[in-house]
Amino acid sequence: MVQYIIRRLLSAIPTLLIISFVIFAILDLAPGDPTGNLPMTVPPEVREKIRLSLGLGEPMHIRYYKWLVQFFVNEPLNIIEHSFGIVIGDGENRTRILSWATRSPVIDLIVERTPQTLWVVGLSYLFGILMAIPIGIIQAYRQYSLFDQIGTFVAMIGFSVPTFFTGVVAIIIFSVQLKWFPMIYDTTLEVNSWNNFVLQVKQMIMPVTVLAFYQASQLSRFMRASILDNLNLDYVRTARAKGRKENAVLMIHVLRNSLIPVVTLIALGIPSIFGGAIITEQIFRVNGLGQLLIIAIQGADIPTVQTLTFLFAVLIVIFNLIADVLYGMLDPRIRYD
Amino acid sequence: MPTNSNANIVLSVKNIVTQFNTVDGKVHAVNGVSFDVRQGELLGVVGESGCGKSVTMMSLVKLLPMPPGEISEGSAIFEGQDLIQTSINDLQKIRGSEIGFIFQDPMTSLNPVLTIGYQLIEPLRLHKNLSKSAARTRAIELLELVGIPMASSRLGDYPHQFSGGMRQRVMIAMALSCDPKLLIADEPTTALDVTMQAQILDLVRSLRNELGMAIIWVTHDLGVVANLADRVMVMYSGFIVERADVTKLYSKPKHPYTYALLKTLPDMEGDRSHRLESIEGQPPDQLKPTTSCPFAPRCEYAFDRCTHENPQLELIAENHEVACWWDMERHSPRPSTSSI
Ligand SMILES: Nc1ncnc2c1ncn2[C@@H]1O[C@H](COP(=O)(O)OP(=O)(O)O)[C@@H](O)[C@H]1O
Ligand SMILES: [Mg+2]
Repeated sequence: MVQYIIRRLLSAIPTLLIISFVIFAILDLAPGDPTGNLPMTVPPEVREKIRLSLGLGEPMHIRYYKWLVQFFVNEPLNIIEHSFGIVIGDGENRTRILSWATRSPVIDLIVERTPQTLWVVGLSYLFGILMAIPIGIIQAYRQYSLFDQIGTFVAMIGFSVPTFFTGVVAIIIFSVQLKWFPMIYDTTLEVNSWNNFVLQVKQMIMPVTVLAFYQASQLSRFMRASILDNLNLDYVRTARAKGRKENAVLMIHVLRNSLIPVVTLIALGIPSIFGGAIITEQIFRVNGLGQLLIIAIQGADIPTVQTLTFLFAVLIVIFNLIADVLYGMLDPRIRYD
Repeated sequence: MPTNSNANIVLSVKNIVTQFNTVDGKVHAVNGVSFDVRQGELLGVVGESGCGKSVTMMSLVKLLPMPPGEISEGSAIFEGQDLIQTSINDLQKIRGSEIGFIFQDPMTSLNPVLTIGYQLIEPLRLHKNLSKSAARTRAIELLELVGIPMASSRLGDYPHQFSGGMRQRVMIAMALSCDPKLLIADEPTTALDVTMQAQILDLVRSLRNELGMAIIWVTHDLGVVANLADRVMVMYSGFIVERADVTKLYSKPKHPYTYALLKTLPDMEGDRSHRLESIEGQPPDQLKPTTSCPFAPRCEYAFDRCTHENPQLELIAENHEVACWWDMERHSPRPSTSSI
């Protein structure tokens, strides 16, 4: 198992290098000017100077090489120095990946914004899972019952209506009309008192609910289908023939088998927490990673876009591996050799 | 084996009728099946695939999907209790403890993600209230009983680590774990190759002598039960068409269907050149209740009466029953099929 993981990680390195280069190349070819947002009064010579100062004077392969060193050497070293309070080598003059827009290190921006994304999008993913699994189980177990039919109907709405629509509808109803929840997510809010905690919960309810509903809609369908697939199999009849009660048949025999594909799917979906957040964060004005990416794209802030996109790629590779490992842990028929 | 009637009847089934309510209509899967199983006896149930063997057996303990399945008539007295009237809750106490089951496909009948040990111990813990260690000891005993080498080291293995034959042995061990009075084996050797099949048959024969439970052995292959069963009943389209002691059935088959089934067997003398015959035609559509003999359309002896009256099972000799007009009219000259 450990060997398998190491082998998979090693084989991921060339893949990730290629991905990073492709991202870099595409962003380099894309039209867009980091000085585009400056006032029209700024003369061309000054614009050119700004470009040079951003490092754009150098050929692409040099810039790519610099980014690689910054991302894979300098930034990790920086993190190590900070977390252990030590100094390794020439920490002062080590260059970091800097945002063109804010001139602050991209990694710091990401670290700053990750909690909001994790709280809002991560929590909604978690709630989505926690709702979807029992709902899917009950739906399958009581197939064609009223509960199943309502569940199917609601889930159909849930995954066919995009979150940017349900989100806006929720804002109109609950913020604008009823004024129950704030319209804009306030990141500066510090949870240090009961009142602030209530405020925090209030501002999270809408985005979390909208996203959780969307996630649960998809996942409950998978859960239901997976249980139904298993309920017809021979081993279920064997369990019943042994005298197992229906709930034990379901929870002991069927559930483990049906969770195998669902858990894999959940693991594969985790990177999309970050990607999928883009739209929801825009609607609810949550200043998380999704919003950071959108702003960076709009401002042609190439280093930020490059780093964020590449981090998404890394997450996808890692969670693919995690999904495979989980699959092997849940299904004894899978062997890693 | 004692086969005198009424002695020590373990299970007495009367007039079971089972249907499936499907979108196409009612499938008449079992149409009034009655039979007894006696203590220590092995009753063979034979018939082409789809004739209602499994549904009959599963009706007894309601292991059918209900709906669409529906047992509309009949009784099955087991230990003084009518299983058909028994609630699922109470049946769950009988399944696996008083009545054991073995199914057709050993590759899919075991849960792939649970260990053999867990699956073996499950009925013991459920019905016998054994402690974990006592159940474990018993599980090892059982595996040894069915001939699995190094049993104690295999409890932690998963089904995929066993061959098909070994898995069927595990299924047998599981079915026998609580000393059932009745073992229902639904085509237990159909999915196995010939060598495995012979080994499993040997095993069952010796276990029967050792443990003495009654066995219902379902198969579509008359050859399999020939050396195993005490009595055999032949099913066709949800009806029992013939029932007799095994020797009588093989030496003097009375029903044209039984006769035809016997002809499909490879030559007993080992004459390899003998061509394997199969019965022509298809079993009838079970969506309509029949008013004729269900076998009539395929029967080479069928005459007028067969096409508008369904014969009942009748005793025609000692321990020999058959449902056929031609046979029952055996005293009158045989109607000539060519003169019609
Ligand atoms: N779940 C079901 N729904 C509808 N029809 C069924 C179902 N199960 C069995 N049947 C029908 O019942 C009849 C008898 O089937 P079965 O008892 O499985 O045959 P076999 O003798 O091969 O064991 C067949 O015609 C089959 O199509
Ligand atoms: Mg069958």
